[in-house]
Amino acid sequence: MGWVFKFINSSIGKKFMMALTGSFLLIFLVIHLIGNLTLFFGADAFNAYVLTLDAIKPLIRIIEIVLLAAFVIHILNGTRLWISNKKAKGQRNQINGSPQNSDVFSRTMFLTGSIIFIFLVIHLGTFFWRFNVSDPMGFADEHQYYNMVVYFFNIWWYAVLYVIAMVLLGYHLNHGFQSAFQTFGWNHKKYTPWIKKIGTIYAIIMALGFAAMPLYFLLGGGN
Amino acid sequence: MEAKKLNLTLQIWRQKNSKSVGSFVEYKVQVSPDASFLEMLDEINNELEAKDQEAIHFESDCREGICGTCGLVINGRPHGPLQKIATCQLHMRNFKDGETIWVEPFRAKAFPVIKDLMVDRSGFDKILQAGGYVSVNTGGVPDANSIPIAKDQASLAMDAAACIGCGACVAACKNASAVLFVSAKVSQYALLPQGQPERYRRVERMVKVMDELGFGSCTNTYACEAECPKGISVSNIARMNREYVLAKVKSKEIVD
Repeated sequence: MGWVFKFINSSIGKKFMMALTGSFLLIFLVIHLIGNLTLFFGADAFNAYVLTLDAIKPLIRIIEIVLLAAFVIHILNGTRLWISNKKAKGQRNQINGSPQNSDVFSRTMFLTGSIIFIFLVIHLGTFFWRFNVSDPMGFADEHQYYNMVVYFFNIWWYAVLYVIAMVLLGYHLNHGFQSAFQTFGWNHKKYTPWIKKIGTIYAIIMALGFAAMPLYFLLGGGN
Repeated sequence: MEAKKLNLTLQIWRQKNSKSVGSFVEYKVQVSPDASFLEMLDEINNELEAKDQEAIHFESDCREGICGTCGLVINGRPHGPLQKIATCQLHMRNFKDGETIWVEPFRAKAFPVIKDLMVDRSGFDKILQAGGYVSVNTGGVPDANSIPIAKDQASLAMDAAACIGCGACVAACKNASAVLFVSAKVSQYALLPQGQPERYRRVERMVKVMDELGFGSCTNTYACEAECPKGISVSNIARMNREYVLAKVKSKEIVD
């Protein structure tokens, strides 16, 4: 089995792991967005959605464990890559010519990823923790999940934080989507231009879709 | 009629040896727009030597863009601002009168500075020694064209083989990754029947040596492709990723 660990610790193996976990997270985001769109259909729709997830809890728990593993590997491996790549470069050039030879999305993956990580911690603390563990405000106990969302997204700075994080998520996804294909070795003259376009459209839909929720409630929707 | 000379300020990286700390030294020059970048450096060196000062060390050989010896980072870009040329093919007419030009060596931990603008690129040779070859059996000379190869396949292999091993990809990469170079070498053999016997062993060994030498990991910024003097495509990197994973999964040999 030693060869497996040697593979995932090689330079190509490390990016392969980023692509593998990243692809899984790309799929998760789609499901997360579709489910949460029920917020736009009012309290009953959203609360029913949360209770449906509750009804299939054992299955959800398994998915959550896989999801947690994907996030942990993606974050730790990405950090490890960033550190080793900094070391490999050593002293940088006085003049930074990179804006002329590469796009900003690809060069800022660690930065956007780090900010998304901070967001993720806040996000889980706000919703996941209260839904699953304990809610000092008692929304979850009475199945008032919708009202909890409304409460938080009416805090203006909280909603703005969400929107900023979602814009950066879009940046991260725009590079990540096509990058995963390249890492898996799927670069083709005919399909790669399409993959890049689809990746950009995907990133825009995710950023707009998720950002629309705090904005909707902040601007008085749902009341 | 000779064209009007350009007045330029050059900030050139000077470093005594691999151990010492370098710094930029300013040189004011008057140069013909028809001069190449390296000819301009030659002129500065002539003046320095006339004044009994130490010349600026830089590498060059063929000066026609095919040997891959020259390589400077000019205003932050390997081989300068133009695309698909080596430093020797860059001419001063591409710069404006009065401009300040920053000249630095290729930067990467695996390419240590030897002196001034010269870096040690022997890491590339070590990667090639690990697998950048094909085995040729002894015996009579085989007939030419005895193995049919589709034209598009041959062209892909030739495009990969256009790599001159200059190292601009490493210099362009924010991670100092050598994957464009290594993938071009892997591809030029993997695409042809002659390269099949060592197919998996080659990619595994070359990547292993690449990692050991301290080159970084690719993050798909594609800066390498943009700066490559030979326009080597990043599709080669995808091919190498594929070959490497296949080798790890299929090969019966365990390369550690």
